[in-house]
Amino acid sequence: MTAMTSQETSALSVSRLVKTFDVSAPWLNRVVERKPRQFLQAVSDISFDVPLGGCLSLVGESGCGKSTVARLVTGLYRPNGGEMRFAPGHDGKPLSAQMIFQDPYASLNPRWRVKNIVAEPIRELKLRKTRAEIDDRVVELLKTVGLSASDGEKFPHEFSGGQRQRISIARALAGEPEFLVCDEPTSALDVSVQAQVLNLMRRLQDQFGLTYLFISHDMSVVRHMSDRIAVMYLGRIVEEGKTEALFARPRHPYTQLLLQTIPNIEKPHRDRVVAGGEVPSPLKPPSGCPFHPRCPIATARCSAELPEVRTLANGTRVACHLAEDA
Amino acid sequence: MTTDIAKTAPAKPSSALRRWLDSDIWWSFTHSKAAMLAAAIFAILIVTAVFAPWFAPQNPYDAAQLDMWKAELPPVWQEGGEWPYLLGTDTQGRDMLSAILYGTRISMIIGLASVALSLLIGMTAGLVAGFFGGFIENILMRIGDITLSIPTILIAILVSTVVRQLLPSDLREIGASAVLVLAIALSSWVQYARTVRAQTIVERSKEYVQAARLLKVPARRILARHILPNTLTPVLVAATLNFGMAILTEATLSFLGIGMPPGQPSLGTLIRIGNQFLFSGSWWIVLFPVIQLCLLVVVVNVLGDWLRDVLNPKLR
Ligand SMILES: Nc1ncnc2c1ncn2[C@@H]1O[C@H](COP(=O)(O)OP(=O)(O)OP(=O)(O)O)[C@@H](O)[C@H]1O
Ligand code: SF4
Ligand SMILES: [Mg+2]
Repeated sequence: MTAMTSQETSALSVSRLVKTFDVSAPWLNRVVERKPRQFLQAVSDISFDVPLGGCLSLVGESGCGKSTVARLVTGLYRPNGGEMRFAPGHDGKPLSAQMIFQDPYASLNPRWRVKNIVAEPIRELKLRKTRAEIDDRVVELLKTVGLSASDGEKFPHEFSGGQRQRISIARALAGEPEFLVCDEPTSALDVSVQAQVLNLMRRLQDQFGLTYLFISHDMSVVRHMSDRIAVMYLGRIVEEGKTEALFARPRHPYTQLLLQTIPNIEKPHRDRVVAGGEVPSPLKPPSGCPFHPRCPIATARCSAELPEVRTLANGTRVACHLAEDA
Repeated sequence: MTTDIAKTAPAKPSSALRRWLDSDIWWSFTHSKAAMLAAAIFAILIVTAVFAPWFAPQNPYDAAQLDMWKAELPPVWQEGGEWPYLLGTDTQGRDMLSAILYGTRISMIIGLASVALSLLIGMTAGLVAGFFGGFIENILMRIGDITLSIPTILIAILVSTVVRQLLPSDLREIGASAVLVLAIALSSWVQYARTVRAQTIVERSKEYVQAARLLKVPARRILARHILPNTLTPVLVAATLNFGMAILTEATLSFLGIGMPPGQPSLGTLIRIGNQFLFSGSWWIVLFPVIQLCLLVVVVNVLGDWLRDVLNPKLR
């Protein structure tokens, strides 16, 4: 059941993906304190398609399960349910995916020289044979991301956050992927550096025909990167659609809230709708619609019944009882 | 878009030596009088022990060189003292200085070997427990808990007694040092295992390890190339401090008579032998080995403490 109706071929289709973490206390504590086992559903019943050569962005607040989706897609986590299918790549095998991580300080081994970090995928995947070929390829990759050949001799701590993220990108490209999962690649960076890295990523997408699954909590970043946007809340996708459609007319109250909280350069002091309440714990998700404790238009039905995902006329999918079509 | 790239341009081709001299560790070393003094003494102790045959007036293991007429001579500056027996002789005419230098060599070798062996055991256990978790982690760490709940010296006594009994009697003399190394190593690996396990759990969840997992790098290689090097810093500090501990444990075992035999005396053996003469007036037979042992252990501990202070705040 792929809910999206799209003419484009998709590079990745995900359907009804579920990931549950066992967060129970250790066995002995459970016995002594008579606590039950505890499970945390980080991803509940998520379906989306990433268009080939395009970019789908996942947005949502911290803890809504974005990174978990990224790790499921790249195979770092095993899903508890659902399906993922990568389209065949140029060699007929399923598209190969690489990942760019959120934290530029933890994603590079501090004891390795940059050239070895970038060479690791080449060596592991046996993409080049001789040492000289590998070295040449590393220099080429460093130049592609705007670094110099001599940077290869240095260690990660000698670089700024933005430069480290460039190294991460070079390492991801070294695996010659056709699909890149980017988990908040710029959220740890200054705004000025953010723009540089985002521009680099867009350039690389065109240059190598990459498909992106892009993750961010920042609507303004996402707007410039993505063809489609999926808004996540507490492990579920609440709205998914084309970028323009979603920005022009957000259907889900949570999407509307996210768009209202983007800083507005023209009208910095306009009245903002304050997001009521806190994000509920994913350990005890609210009954019915998970957004109902914060939703300004919630009705009695909302706290009783989980809204189904509906596909609207313009192709947007939305999970809200009150979101009207047309 | 320049700010980001500009900084990378000129890269000095820096030699390893240059980098070392520029490093914080070297800087901190040259600014710590205690560390420099301890390092200087340690260097002297090492050189005189390693090259004992050159420095010592006599080979204390060679019975032919011992002269019964020269037994129990006091140090040269005392009345009755005689050159070249700088620190006097023991009851068999053995030159104390020579015995101490050779003894220090034995103590250091056993200390070093037992630290190396316990590092091997402890780090392997810690890496495996931390990386794979689950059942195997439980088993390894519970063995560690049990080991820790028994005093070090008791374990060492237990191991060395049992192993000695198992060895054929003609091997006991020769195998004494190996038994000591095993006994000390088995009583001191837990600290490394715990440190490495904790660090491994931290590193395992870091994103660079996940990047390697994405490439399907085999676990063995992830452990060896990514995780192990990042656990070394705290282990290095612990190992330095434990080197001092190992020398002391060895001395204790030898003092109790289950260590090095009198024919090949370590510092501990010398102290045990000399102990019998403490009240007979021949104080030099026991005092000088004790001073040497204290000096060695104190110096190692000062260096270890300094290393811990330098490395810890950043945990590089
Ligand atoms: N390995 C894990 N074990 C247990 N719980 C986990 C694990 N990974 C994530 N979680 C939980 O799952 C939920 C979703 O986490 P996730 O990291 O996917 O959020 P996120 O949207 O990426 O947040 P952020 O923006 O902070 O990165 C959180 O409540 C988190 O505590
Ligand atoms: S279903 Fe109800 S609570 Fe949920 S978003 Fe829609 S209106 Fe709000
Ligand atoms: Mg995340």
